[in-house]
Amino acid sequence: MRPLTEEETRTFFEKLSKYIGENIKLLLDRPDGSYCFRLHKDRVYYVHEELMKRAASVSAPNLLSFGTCFGKFTKTQKFRLHVTALDYLAPYAKYKVWLKASAEQQFLYGHHVMKSGLGRITENTPQYQGIIVYSMADVPLGFGVAAKSTQECRHTDPMTLVVFHQADIGEYIRNEQELT
Amino acid sequence: MIQTRIKEVLHVLSDFKDRHEPGKARQEYLQQLKTDLCTYYSYNEYLMEKLISLFPHEIVDFLEANEVPRPVTIRTNTLKTRRRDLAQALINRGVNLDPIGKWSKVGLVVYDSQVPLGATPEYLAGHYMLQGGSSFLPVMSLAPQEGETILDMSAAPGGKTTYIAALMRNTGMLFANDANKERAKAVVGNVHRMGITNTVISDYDGRTIPDVMKGFDRVLLDAPCSGTGVISKDPEVKINKDDADIKKCSHLQKELLLAAIDCCNAKSKTGGYIVYSTCSVMVEENEWVIDYALKRRNVKLVSAGLDFGKDGFANFERFRFNPNMKMTKRFYPHTHNLDGFFVAKLKKFSNKIPGQENKDPSAKLGELGTFFKSEGDDDKSDDNTEESKTVESPAKEESKGSPNKKNPKEDNKSGSPNKKNPKQDNKPNKPFKKGKNPKYRFGKNKKFKSK
Repeated sequence: MRPLTEEETRTFFEKLSKYIGENIKLLLDRPDGSYCFRLHKDRVYYVHEELMKRAASVSAPNLLSFGTCFGKFTKTQKFRLHVTALDYLAPYAKYKVWLKASAEQQFLYGHHVMKSGLGRITENTPQYQGIIVYSMADVPLGFGVAAKSTQECRHTDPMTLVVFHQADIGEYIRNEQELT
Repeated sequence: MIQTRIKEVLHVLSDFKDRHEPGKARQEYLQQLKTDLCTYYSYNEYLMEKLISLFPHEIVDFLEANEVPRPVTIRTNTLKTRRRDLAQALINRGVNLDPIGKWSKVGLVVYDSQVPLGATPEYLAGHYMLQGGSSFLPVMSLAPQEGETILDMSAAPGGKTTYIAALMRNTGMLFANDANKERAKAVVGNVHRMGITNTVISDYDGRTIPDVMKGFDRVLLDAPCSGTGVISKDPEVKINKDDADIKKCSHLQKELLLAAIDCCNAKSKTGGYIVYSTCSVMVEENEWVIDYALKRRNVKLVSAGLDFGKDGFANFERFRFNPNMKMTKRFYPHTHNLDGFFVAKLKKFSNKIPGQENKDPSAKLGELGTFFKSEGDDDKSDDNTEESKTVESPAKEESKGSPNKKNPKEDNKSGSPNKKNPKQDNKPNKPFKKGKNPKYRFGKNKKFKSK
């Protein structure tokens, strides 16, 4: 376990800001204690500092997880957000999209979202913007990237893709082994 | 035919004096009953004998209860939703459910469902956990408080862990451990799905945890067991358990329970409690284990804090346990419609370990933290490398390695050719003066002798 290097921090924050913009600082300055990001086995964990100190006494090979896992660095030093970060992305999300009940299940199986399944979308979403996906009951389902801007969405036919799938909570079942 | 014979025998046994055939002993009836039950319910004889001695009157009820599955139960994740909202959402999906009973405010029992309960969007969003009703009990008994430091020693798949975290409202610290790495991964998934942020997950062997950290306010040990309480879930148990398996389980449980007690901090302001539970009905894995711990550590039994269930056995066959053993609780499939379960709550009243107060100084430090033995060793090994750097030839090393006090003359001799750095000369000798590293010294002596 170690703090992120400067370069890692940059890559990581760049990725994170695609979804929550400048709200990152809300993650770091919290009224209920100081939180920090730590790297362990290529994964980035967001954790209360007290808990981090205690977790440090667990030897590295035996430590599986602490706090919340945000994602991992790939072998090429890119950062991939995991669905486990959703709890922190959803409340701070800048751009959101709501899915109709019929499209919900499709998205949870890892499919992209088509125009026909689109319930609502934040105004002025630019193309290729990181976006959080909700059900109509306001339950966060995952996140992805807007394939079309809000303007373009209005005029496309129902079968075009509007959101590219990146992660969804269905992965808790499909992909449990890969989360750690 | 066997069934009618079982009924007849039971009928006779219920009033043996009047109903038995003259000249036929009780033993014969019992033997007959045992073999019949073994064939009818397909158990092995060893297990059946144990069960009959546990349930002399209700044996058939117990065996029948093992043939039917327990109801599916779910636990609301109070961190994300409320039970009423969850129930409504699930009813809308075509699930037929009810509150589990008066004793739990978060449990729901599911009668039937049109959708797979383990894959609804609500499940994936972490609004509930599929969890046997009986596994609520040890957590309720543990009664975790906000802000405490708690250890869950055998956590997988995380049902109890997430319940503890929910009761702590995500404050304090929770350490979830499971010896099996693959199963511990399920804990990671469940903890993240349920939105729990105060948890550290590790895969130590439970018996080694006291070496890693101590000073927990509360410890939950849901020990690995033979599974004789959950035969309805895993019928294999009926035939593949024998005496050796039970003994093996019991032995491991004793070791784990002592480790759990050692992890706990008796001086904790709010806690100092250890809860031990198994999904077994065997006395060997339950009361016997607790009795063992009572004799070896400074712990006492306290009320489990559960207002139903049957009392544990204070006496059983050849066993004579601590009279407080009736404070433990047992749960049976046929009486409570829960899995067979055992819960005991212990209060630790002193951090001293009887019989080894002087041996282990770290046991007295009731603080959480690192007690890496290797840390001290590292320092020494550093010194050693330093020494090997300063030493130029093996001959000099030997002369230096000899203890200073015994033959100062020799030391002086060896010191004189090494004029370059007389100050450093002392440094490498330090570990010997302290005499902390007998292994190293032994190595030196060996060389000495060989020469």
